[in-house]
Amino acid sequence: MGFIFYLISAFAVGGALAAVLLKNLVHAALAVTIAFLGMALMFLCLDAQFAGFAQILVYVGAVAILVVFAILLTKGSEVPIEGVFSKSWFAGLAIAAGVFALLAWAVLRSAGSLPDAAAAPEVTVKDIGNALMSRYVLPLEIVAVLLTAALLGAVIIAMHEKEGAKQG
Amino acid sequence: MTPLSAYLVVAALIFAIGLAGALTRRNAILVLIGIELMLNAANLNLIAFWRYGPHPELLSGMMFAIFSIAVAAAEAAVGLGLVISIYRHAKTTDLEQTNRMKG
Repeated sequence: MGFIFYLISAFAVGGALAAVLLKNLVHAALAVTIAFLGMALMFLCLDAQFAGFAQILVYVGAVAILVVFAILLTKGSEVPIEGVFSKSWFAGLAIAAGVFALLAWAVLRSAGSLPDAAAAPEVTVKDIGNALMSRYVLPLEIVAVLLTAALLGAVIIAMHEKEGAKQG
Repeated sequence: MTPLSAYLVVAALIFAIGLAGALTRRNAILVLIGIELMLNAANLNLIAFWRYGPHPELLSGMMFAIFSIAVAAAEAAVGLGLVISIYRHAKTTDLEQTNRMKG
């Protein structure tokens, strides 16, 4: 196991932990950006360059900015007095720890039968484009429809309701 | 080369952290961040299995991850729109105070 893998996974896990634990929401948004960046670096380690850069564009570029906007629009940057964790935090923590224990147990038990590293696949962006336009053209079109619907839906949901209330 | 199980354990750890965030935080935006972390961990699993699988040239796992990223972006946009809409109604994003769906 390489030193770089440890470094990147520490980056990603540390960012995720900070995002969940930090009290100030703006700090949490910055920490989750670090976690997304760590995941993108891990994709690059796995020779998935296209997915890695798509991750940087979509998550670091768009989702993080969207989260910061939502925090600022909802005055979420003020730390609430009554604390940031819910009353049933212990049950949530126990469930998460149980899920991690189960997953890690399953992975480590089957570690011997997992496939070994093959030679790095020769996948260019051209191959991905060809696959998207031939074998995966139907999912691509459906994702286009989904993104359009989500765009319209998000705008309509977050729009001011004053005009609608007058009519209704 | 790092073994596949190391990537799977890291993905499981990030999934558990995201789940803990979604289940224990009071703020709706932090719950969405936890869900995004869980989706990201699932993407890491897809990419890792694609890389170590028998036929990486077929691109199945890679395509799955790319479509999953696109769906996650749509989910984030609609989710944050809903949070802003709830904030406008209830003047709070605290999930313990927003306990009804009727306006």
